[in-house]
Amino acid sequence: MLKARVIPCLLLKGGGGLVKTKKFSSPNYIGDPINAVKIYNEKEVDELMFLDITASKERRGPNFEYLKDIASECFIPLCYGGGITSVDEIRKLLRIGIEKVSINSANFTTPNLIADAAKLFGSSTVVGSIDVKQNFFRKLRVFNSSKRDTTKLDPVDFAKSLENQGAGEILINSVDRDGMLSGYDFELIKKITDAVNVPVIACGGASGLDDIQRVVKYAGASAAAAGSIFVYQGGNKGVLINYPNYQQLEKILN
Amino acid sequence: MNICIIDYGLGNSGSIQNMLKRIGFRSVISNEPEVIETADLLFLPGVGSFDDGMTNLEQLNLIPILEKKVLEQKTPIIGICLGMQLLLAGSEEGTKAGLGWIKGTCKKFNFKKTPERLRVPHMGWNLTTPAQTAQNFFSTDLPELRYYFVHSYYAVLEDEADELCSTSYGFKFSSGIQRDNIIGLQFHPEKSHKFGMSLLKNLVNNLISVKS
Repeated sequence: MLKARVIPCLLLKGGGGLVKTKKFSSPNYIGDPINAVKIYNEKEVDELMFLDITASKERRGPNFEYLKDIASECFIPLCYGGGITSVDEIRKLLRIGIEKVSINSANFTTPNLIADAAKLFGSSTVVGSIDVKQNFFRKLRVFNSSKRDTTKLDPVDFAKSLENQGAGEILINSVDRDGMLSGYDFELIKKITDAVNVPVIACGGASGLDDIQRVVKYAGASAAAAGSIFVYQGGNKGVLINYPNYQQLEKILN
Repeated sequence: MNICIIDYGLGNSGSIQNMLKRIGFRSVISNEPEVIETADLLFLPGVGSFDDGMTNLEQLNLIPILEKKVLEQKTPIIGICLGMQLLLAGSEEGTKAGLGWIKGTCKKFNFKKTPERLRVPHMGWNLTTPAQTAQNFFSTDLPELRYYFVHSYYAVLEDEADELCSTSYGFKFSSGIQRDNIIGLQFHPEKSHKFGMSLLKNLVNNLISVKS
């Protein structure tokens, strides 16, 4: 049986190391990504996701050299997102050992990128990534994080449109829950998993295994991604790269 | 021993090279006939669409040298993911003919009319059962065999005897195929940590000793 994936979502600031944010702000330095990858290899994680959170904002592409060093240490599936605007960049990322690319900001500036990439590299290589934030009227809307702009787009409709363009997977990141340990946005994730046929990765708000279990069992997510709980320990927020063991995950997910 | 990973512009050749290095085998990534000529073992990687894969192999004029190596000299070859699918005669994904070295074609998963409505692509870790004849490639030390899958199309073999291993996703399908020196794996051993390391080590050791 296919097991739901549990994915550490790690944030990069260009070549400047790993950081963890709260509500997409105040990045806190965590450490060296290669060291983290080595630990996650040992812990046999299901998959790793690296997002470069400043690439699009600084209008630069992926930091290939840095990513190559990270990928060469990674014997588990690796997804990268951040600053990707062309199929040539995707080709280069696949070549250095990255399996999947996450497309987010380019959905506002280069609307054909997902379709072009899916045609060339197959849908299963392309993750359509959506940041979601409450607007002034407390409605959930698609957030354009590189512009810090809450758009008028409905996240469920947007997820469907990315699927139609060819995204083989949808990543939903809840901005207001990022780093807050307040639980996933279970209702939103459920609406999206009901609306699309491709796998959905939930991200933002995980506080522990209970949230992971609920987002998979109740909300129908194919994968649960999390940052804080896999890079910090307990309440005191000391940095500790960690991951549940397979028996623990099997117990909550089967 | 020379291991060559075929570079045809589609695929995660770097990941395969990294994993081989990790388990103690040097390899080269190349599309030059002189380099491919000297290989004792070939890898055909592939992330992408079927027609683009065949088009790239044709444009780089790789098919004659591959046929010479694989069909005449019986050099072992391991196709991974799209690389496995290209070993078959064709795919629903495209209109081009595949290499056709193993009899069968690729079909697309479609669960829209089933009660479970399983998602496509089939993405993540799934269990694999080796065929009786393939036991020596798969470790018996591991309690179960789990590998990482990312695909929307699956192999439908004409001859069941060509199945190397099988996996269930909605139904049982051939997740590994083999005919003599030609092997294909739908999953990614190079990204399946200890499970992949063990399988690749066994494959390389067995295939190379069988040949020499």
